[in-house]
Amino acid sequence: MKGYARYFSKKVMWFIITFVAAFLLNFFLPRMMPGDPVAAIVARMAQGQSNATGVQAIYKQYTELFGTNRPMLEQFLIYLKNVVHGDFGFSFSQYPRTVADVLKTSIWWTICLQFPAIIIGFMIGNVLGVLAAYLKGWYDKAIMPLSIFASGFPAFGMAVILLVIFGVILQWFPTSGGYGFDMLPNLSWAFVWSVIIHYQLPFVSIVLIAIGGWAIGMRSMSIYELNADYVKYSRFMGIKDKKIIQYVFRNAMLPQITGLALAIGTMVGGALVAEIIFSYPGLGTTLLSAIRGQDYPMISATTLIITVMVLIANFTLEILYGFIDPRIKAAQSD
Amino acid sequence: MKNTLKQVFHSGKFVAGFSIFMFIVVTVIIFPLFVKTDPLLTISQGSIQGSFLPPGIYVNVYDSIGVDPYTLLLDDAATKRIASKLGDQERLDLKEWLLKAGIPENEIDITDTKSLLGLWTNNYDPKKQVPGMTFAKTRYYQRLNSSLQGILSTEGLTIAATGTVTDTLQAGGTIAQTDYVNVREVPNVRLLLLGTDPFGRDVMTELVSATGTSLLIGIVAGLIATTIGLVLGLAAGYMGGMVDDVVMFFTNLFTVIPTIVLLILISYSIGQEKRGAVTIAVVIGFTAWVWTARAVRAQVISLRNRDHVNLSKLSGHPVWLIIFTDIFPYIASYVAMALILQISSAILYEASLSILGLGPKTTITATLGLMMNWAFYYMAPTLGKWWAYLPVIVVIALVSFSLNLMNTGLDQVYNPALRE
Repeated sequence: MKGYARYFSKKVMWFIITFVAAFLLNFFLPRMMPGDPVAAIVARMAQGQSNATGVQAIYKQYTELFGTNRPMLEQFLIYLKNVVHGDFGFSFSQYPRTVADVLKTSIWWTICLQFPAIIIGFMIGNVLGVLAAYLKGWYDKAIMPLSIFASGFPAFGMAVILLVIFGVILQWFPTSGGYGFDMLPNLSWAFVWSVIIHYQLPFVSIVLIAIGGWAIGMRSMSIYELNADYVKYSRFMGIKDKKIIQYVFRNAMLPQITGLALAIGTMVGGALVAEIIFSYPGLGTTLLSAIRGQDYPMISATTLIITVMVLIANFTLEILYGFIDPRIKAAQSD
Repeated sequence: MKNTLKQVFHSGKFVAGFSIFMFIVVTVIIFPLFVKTDPLLTISQGSIQGSFLPPGIYVNVYDSIGVDPYTLLLDDAATKRIASKLGDQERLDLKEWLLKAGIPENEIDITDTKSLLGLWTNNYDPKKQVPGMTFAKTRYYQRLNSSLQGILSTEGLTIAATGTVTDTLQAGGTIAQTDYVNVREVPNVRLLLLGTDPFGRDVMTELVSATGTSLLIGIVAGLIATTIGLVLGLAAGYMGGMVDDVVMFFTNLFTVIPTIVLLILISYSIGQEKRGAVTIAVVIGFTAWVWTARAVRAQVISLRNRDHVNLSKLSGHPVWLIIFTDIFPYIASYVAMALILQISSAILYEASLSILGLGPKTTITATLGLMMNWAFYYMAPTLGKWWAYLPVIVVIALVSFSLNLMNTGLDQVYNPALRE
């Protein structure tokens, strides 16, 4: 048990360090650029706002939130205090809604769309990869170029192609949104059905993109494993191929899980852009409208939340990995 | 070195990828030599809808009237002319109106153009209110009716110009229905192979120039990222100790924090005015080195204690010489593969950033990502304007596919276990 404890405490420590670093970057990066970001942003916002009291409220709230005239450290502490209380300030583009209020809804759309899609794409890709390594021949020759093509295919490209074929030309699925335009979120069957219908195209586009890369990686891993001594030994013992493939799959899977932990940030980035194509009401679309609306507090909060989501996913995978792979324990107790 | 290259060019995958990539690069270089127009020049005008001109050959109408016509007697000319205005859908629409106006169904034969039009001209009344018909539909029938005017006429058209002395119209000539002009004799013909984009720019020339810029971004970013990764990886792996700890700390940090988040924050902070193509490339380069550093370090650690390296150390060679002659040749193949992947991912990052509205400044250069951004902004996919986005996706996919193919080919050359 001591080995596990060391592994986990190390992972927890890294989680905290990366979190702090991400938080610091999120605060200091925009401020490292020349000029006063807050003053410029508020001035730009004030041009577009017709509601004078609204502008004043934003200005006051914003200067209080960031206190740009104060020393950097003090600004940071104020920001920290507000964020701990879940206060990200008012949204510029959707005033008088607060940033926290907007993100509270969109975050769930993103989580429910992306995580199942990434996991399922990962599973399908791995199964295809093992089969390609094991069956070889025409199957391998067909799967490999397709996988190389899919792994390099831009996520937004796949989203657009699916959108145009199934949404615009065939009209089997709606082209935008998370539910029907004529509905308000509630717990009726009609609403749930509408959500399911809107869910499918974005989901499939993320899954399809994910498959390729994992299939290639898994194929290489499995080829190494298939040449390993234990496979030859199992063959001599007369163990059935189906059983051997299971062993190979399990052993080749382990590095793939580490790969997933490392790649999840990139995948979320791609999926955010796919969300935008479908105008799915998640974080990607929120981020786009925030960037278009020069909504600085919203951009800052959205990127922070995306980072935290990725960190948590990564952390969970590493903890899981510790349980799955007994070698971890052995390595730590040395 | 020569042998390695020979081996690499024996790999089918590498050669296929290399050919596609070189084809794109050569096109980007050669195309501007023949087409010298400014790729960002607005050539078509109109509302947002009118700006998306579909692909095709555009012949100047004014000039084609001025060119001496030839007479061609083609049997199907009249049929085609009628079919272009009165297609199957229009015939059904006519029937629908006539049925509502109370004409018995057996009298309406939509395949017989003459009798159908006869019935239509006798019965249609634009002012008539048909119960249950929407206003839009009523207007549609009014437009259809006016477009059908004179469709069966076999007479030519008379051209008139405003007189210079008196302000009246004067007949200038007639055009018979059998008159044809040879496109080669019309002075103003423009081939728009891929139509025009929402700003009325020629998509073809814009696409070639955008591909060039995107490749440049990819190569600059890839070189920066690979150099940083290589230097840090070599330093961390070979020197170990403090240097290794510091480099690994940052590497571990930035593998987990999503690159796209860093890119968004930095690009937004730079501001629209200062974001050029090269700036974006540099920003991508400085955020993408992590993977290379990690992998290079791992390889260097496994090489550090090999006999030939130890021998060099004993011979008193300086560190830079050991790294350059005893370690670098072993990781060179890996670095080449890393560079290829970096280029491909930098092109995709630029596209993602541009779609988010954080790409290079929009008015100076075109990049593949910016073209996508504009197409989405003006809703090209839902409007069915495929030429504004599909060629861009195809080019991005081809570039990235060819680079990945080259990478897989190299991988199979250097990792014999992966060969078939």
